[in-house]
Amino acid sequence: MRRRFVKHRLAVCGGLVVVAFYLAAAFADFLAYSDPGKLDAQRILVPPQRVSLWSAGRFSPHVYRLVRTRNPETLVLDYSADRSVEIPVVLFAHGYPYRLFGLFPTDIHWIGTRGEPTESSLFLLGSDALGRDLFSRLVVGTRTSLTIGLVGVCISLVLGVILGAVSGFYGGIVDLVIQRVIEMLRAIPTLPLWLGLAAAIPPTWSVTSVYFTITLIVSFVGWTELARELRGRIMSLRHEDFVLAAELCGARPRRIMFVHMIPACTSHIIATATLALPTMISSETALSFLGLGLRSPAISLGVLLNGAQNIQAVALYPWLISPALPTAVIVLAFNLMGDGLRDAADPYA
Amino acid sequence: MPADVILRVRGLTKHFGVARDGEAASADILRAVDDVSFSVRRAKTLALVGESGCGKTTAVRCIVRAMPPTSGNVWFRTTAGGVVDLAALNEAGLRPLRAEIQMVFQDPYSSLNPRLSVLDIIAEPLVVSGVRNRTVIRDRVANLLELVGLRPDHMARYPNAFSGGERQRIGIARALALHPRLVIADEAVSALDVSVRAQILNLLLELQDRYHISYLLVSHDLGIVKHISDQVGVMYVGQMVESADCQAIYRRPLHPYTAALLAAVPIPDPRRRRAAYAAPGEAASPRNPPPGCTFHPRCQHAIPRCKLERPQWAELEPGRFVRCHRAHELQLRGIEA
Ligand SMILES: Nc1ncnc2c1ncn2[C@@H]1O[C@H](COP(=O)(O)OP(=O)(O)OP(=O)(O)O)[C@@H](O)[C@H]1O
Ligand SMILES: [Mg+2]
Repeated sequence: MRRRFVKHRLAVCGGLVVVAFYLAAAFADFLAYSDPGKLDAQRILVPPQRVSLWSAGRFSPHVYRLVRTRNPETLVLDYSADRSVEIPVVLFAHGYPYRLFGLFPTDIHWIGTRGEPTESSLFLLGSDALGRDLFSRLVVGTRTSLTIGLVGVCISLVLGVILGAVSGFYGGIVDLVIQRVIEMLRAIPTLPLWLGLAAAIPPTWSVTSVYFTITLIVSFVGWTELARELRGRIMSLRHEDFVLAAELCGARPRRIMFVHMIPACTSHIIATATLALPTMISSETALSFLGLGLRSPAISLGVLLNGAQNIQAVALYPWLISPALPTAVIVLAFNLMGDGLRDAADPYA
Repeated sequence: MPADVILRVRGLTKHFGVARDGEAASADILRAVDDVSFSVRRAKTLALVGESGCGKTTAVRCIVRAMPPTSGNVWFRTTAGGVVDLAALNEAGLRPLRAEIQMVFQDPYSSLNPRLSVLDIIAEPLVVSGVRNRTVIRDRVANLLELVGLRPDHMARYPNAFSGGERQRIGIARALALHPRLVIADEAVSALDVSVRAQILNLLLELQDRYHISYLLVSHDLGIVKHISDQVGVMYVGQMVESADCQAIYRRPLHPYTAALLAAVPIPDPRRRRAAYAAPGEAASPRNPPPGCTFHPRCQHAIPRCKLERPQWAELEPGRFVRCHRAHELQLRGIEA
């Protein structure tokens, strides 16, 4: 299977992008140079900044100090660079404190400014309406969205594998009930279902519980596909002689399913899960975009895009739409990889 | 049940419901196994022979309860000495008896899980029966591999590293792991090369001598079972048509179908010719068997009565059962004059 996958160029590219994204998610706090939650009334809607690499013929990356002016005619805030003050940008600078992987307390970030606080000087992708650095929020938001996808897929994997295997193994009335439930779930249009479920979350809940509830909601429908797929595979494995041999030596159904049947479907499970992930990510993004999923102060790609809902805002401050790019890239990469995996798992399908 | 009988099957019947083409509502009945009776004696071999599709596999699968029979009894003498009807037990009741009846499969490829090592495959019956100690398991598996003529140091390999014959030996080792008293081999050698076939059959015989195992062998070729079986049962379209001691059946078959099967066995000696007699036509369909004797459309000796009246399963001579109206008057040829 690995060889067939590697032959699939696009899928391999997709896979590399996915790996890169998950690495970025793992090191999100390291990559975010500003505290993504730090409000700054003096730095509202700063446009993306350029980092100049050379200073007087020497390599010395720096940004200029921002000066805020209000346009007397339009009353819009303008930022200009005060070219007389260079703020050096250095690698591995100290910034806001965090715990790497939630374990090691540190305050090292990949870049930062010296002399002035990073939070008020460096805006690679600009800042949002509350003066928070967009790049840092993007990195942290990507982590949230990716983990929601991952946790959601894990939940639907467990549900899908168990219910699919049971359905295919026992057949009969058990199968009938599970299949009808799946059909019912699939018949409900997903968006209204999610909206309904998400709207039922009390606004008083903490960010963490909302996070887990959203994950549950997103995986609620995700498992059906896998259950279907697995049921078919298990049904065909049911007639294999090695399964009968295991039955004849007295193995119980649970052992037969977990030792003989499910491992034979691993490649299918992986492929289906990979294809389910982008759906989960975009569902979360869609929900949060509509304001029904995660809400500030939580940060996710959908929450970020929620800030770019207003057409006027997008016209005036186009950098606010930048979270759409990683969303599109990650969904595309996952789909390419999943397609490749599926083709490799089952070249005749 | 006589004391030396380990398995006695009486009136075993298995019907499958089949939806008729085009009219899914009215289910048709396929009589895959129809009133089959035989006995297997302790440390002896009974061969079940018949053309493809005559229901041999279905019969043995009903016996091992891979599927429930429609009706009939399958009495089995347990180690404890009691006699139980396997056909009447439920899954939980069967589980303690599973160790005593094991199967060797036809396809050496699909019968071994390609994802497990040989060690895990052969150890499975031990693990399932509650052996947890890894060293005990390894020793036992090494013993079993040696017993079937494979090298114990190959136990870490996966099935794909072995040839068909070797895989069949692995399957036999797995079947022997729990000291079964009855081993059922469904066409265990028909997928193998002729030379390997003889080796596997000899291995089975050797194991029988050593451990007093009873065999129920299934084959579609009377030639294969000739040297290793003590009794032979011949099946045709779901029914048993003749059963007798091996010697007797080869010397003088009583049923025309048996005679036809014997005529199809190749003789190695070109000087000894036989009158070519094989049953013309194809086996009847178990879905729609002809009335009367199911074999009559292909039978040279058929008389009008055969078309109308179904012959009974009767003991014509001591130990010789046959299902034919004319068995007492026909003089059929065997292959050993
Ligand atoms: N699960 C099933 N459902 C319906 N019909 C079946 C089923 N299993 C077997 N049959 C039918 O029962 C008949 C007997 O099949 P069986 O496999 O027992 O024959 P066999 O003697 O073992 O043949 P072979 O020598 O080819 O293995 C066949 O006509 C087959 O089509
Ligand atoms: Mg068969």
